[in-house]
Amino acid sequence: MKFTDNIEELKEISRRMRIDILKMLHESGSGHSGSSLSCIDILVAIYFSKMDHSPDRKREDLRDKFVLSKGHGAPALYAVLAECGYFGKENLLTLRKLKSKLSGHPYSCSTPGVEVTTGSLGQGLSQSNGLAMAGRLNGEDANVYCLLGDGEVQEGQVWEAAMSAAHCKLDSVIAIVDHNQLQIDGAVENIKNIEPLSDKWAAFGWYVQDIDGHDFRQILDAIDAAKAEKERPSLINAHTIKGKGVSFMEGVVKWHGTAPGAEELEKALEELSAPAGGGK
Amino acid sequence: MTVEKLSLREYYGKTLVQLGGENKDIVVLDADLSSSTKTSLFGKEFPDRFFNMGVSEQDLMGTAAGLAAGGKIPFVSTFSIFASGRAWEQIRQSICYPQQNVKIVTTHGGITVGPDGPTHQALEDISLMRSIPSMKVIVPSDAHETVAAIKAVLDFNGPVFIRLSREKFPVIFDETKTFKLGNADVLKKGADLTIIACGLMVHTALEAAGELEKEGISIGVINMSSIKPLDRSAILAAARETGAIVTAEEHSIIGGLGSAVTELTSENIPVPVVRVGVRDVFCSSGTAEELLACYNLDKNAIITAAHRALELKKQRRV
Ligand SMILES: Cc1ncc(C[n+]2csc(CCOP(=O)(O)OP(=O)(O)O)c2C)c(N)n1
Ligand SMILES: [Mg+2]
Repeated sequence: MKFTDNIEELKEISRRMRIDILKMLHESGSGHSGSSLSCIDILVAIYFSKMDHSPDRKREDLRDKFVLSKGHGAPALYAVLAECGYFGKENLLTLRKLKSKLSGHPYSCSTPGVEVTTGSLGQGLSQSNGLAMAGRLNGEDANVYCLLGDGEVQEGQVWEAAMSAAHCKLDSVIAIVDHNQLQIDGAVENIKNIEPLSDKWAAFGWYVQDIDGHDFRQILDAIDAAKAEKERPSLINAHTIKGKGVSFMEGVVKWHGTAPGAEELEKALEELSAPAGGGK
Repeated sequence: MTVEKLSLREYYGKTLVQLGGENKDIVVLDADLSSSTKTSLFGKEFPDRFFNMGVSEQDLMGTAAGLAAGGKIPFVSTFSIFASGRAWEQIRQSICYPQQNVKIVTTHGGITVGPDGPTHQALEDISLMRSIPSMKVIVPSDAHETVAAIKAVLDFNGPVFIRLSREKFPVIFDETKTFKLGNADVLKKGADLTIIACGLMVHTALEAAGELEKEGISIGVINMSSIKPLDRSAILAAARETGAIVTAEEHSIIGGLGSAVTELTSENIPVPVVRVGVRDVFCSSGTAEELLACYNLDKNAIITAAHRALELKKQRRV
């Protein structure tokens, strides 16, 4: 794999990842389309530009780490891990199948590159803190990235972990909220309002940045600023669109946990067929 | 022959709407899964008595406890793993210890949750709930029994846990089915061995019994939907009369129906009990059907267990 800061190249990787995500979801017949498309740009920016990692390094080797706290976005993580070479791409079409390497939610015992196990919401940030504390004890200079959902932050454990990270001055922790304004039963605002989200994290002692989570320039810059921040953990409030990249999925609640059928896949792939460029 | 299948959660949702119309004290709470648990049906009909707490299961249970303390009758739903797991201590401390009248009705229990994988498959929920003092635990075997159980627990004042599933279940009973805590259904009398099952495995037990009868073995089948309190007399009669028991549940073999039956028989009429269930492992993603076969929760597993129990019974005699 090759790292790049080139925005056009990152966009092109994202486009291909979206295709992989949709194909694997179609093949599995179930899974979270909207949730995966909403966070794929962030994952691509982390894995192909900012994170210090490689499939050749062993668990105990020095490297940055990534935790997908919103574990149902697994297809996005799997697509990226395969592209990076953590396992063969042929595995992608076994998503959610019996005895597959690729479980419905990320499982660290079965999937190379999956750091810790998630899927039950709210548990990823605590584990990220633990990874950061272990890294500090080992004298390592490495970051831990953690991706949360905006519905997920309704879990109390997220705020327990937010306090822990600030209290322990875990400046290696970079948490990102995939702020797509939707959860399963509807708009986050209507189910249980989480705003003002950035102010809350700031009040908990975090360094907070608000960005457009589909704008690579903004994602890269925010990660750089987060890395430079000392003495406190960083929160990137990434404003995103659920289902981003497939017009009929964008902002539609139903696509949270639905896989595309044959016709829907075809339509989606058509939209994604032009190499990235133009637009944002 | 195709068996009719009905969704337990669909019937749960509809029953809630019916009961909500009759009893204004009923309130319903969910944690961002109301479209799956079907409490959304109640929410549409009675928006002012429906509370979607968001992805906050601990808050969900605590709030229900408070509503009960304030005189309401809360029905609380989410996936079984998140209710019994994430909010276990809230259930113990805020609901069961103070005897709050909260009805916890979970869906997506067991392995048939399927492709979402082990993080979402509740295989310890019966065990976790059964071990809390005073908690009542019910695992209905079909949609009609679900309706009967939901209505019955409304007449009981105190905490109850009812476990439903994602998949549709084959229909066993009709609309006249009644439910009483502590009462089992003897679906079939037998002389040689009794299969005691709950949930989806009741249907599977009936199928297995049919096969075993072809081998000339006389098999009894009991639907033990009331796991706590157990129907002690039905189990002890089966132990006395058939001398061998197989239990079958879509749950870990540790702490669920199999354990409950074994605890009772070993202290009263110690006969061989062979448990069919998930054998202390985390499972895999996969379709419901694949998983049932892969983790020995199918007809063949019950037949094998029956032969083993009969063998143990014979050894005891000599
Ligand atoms: C503890 C827990 N409760 C409930 C669920 C079921 N669930 C899966 S995704 C989801 C909604 C998440 O919404 P959000 O965090 O906004 O994610 P996104 O919009 O990115 O999909 C819920 C409730 C879960 N996985 N874990
Ligand atoms: Mg969201």
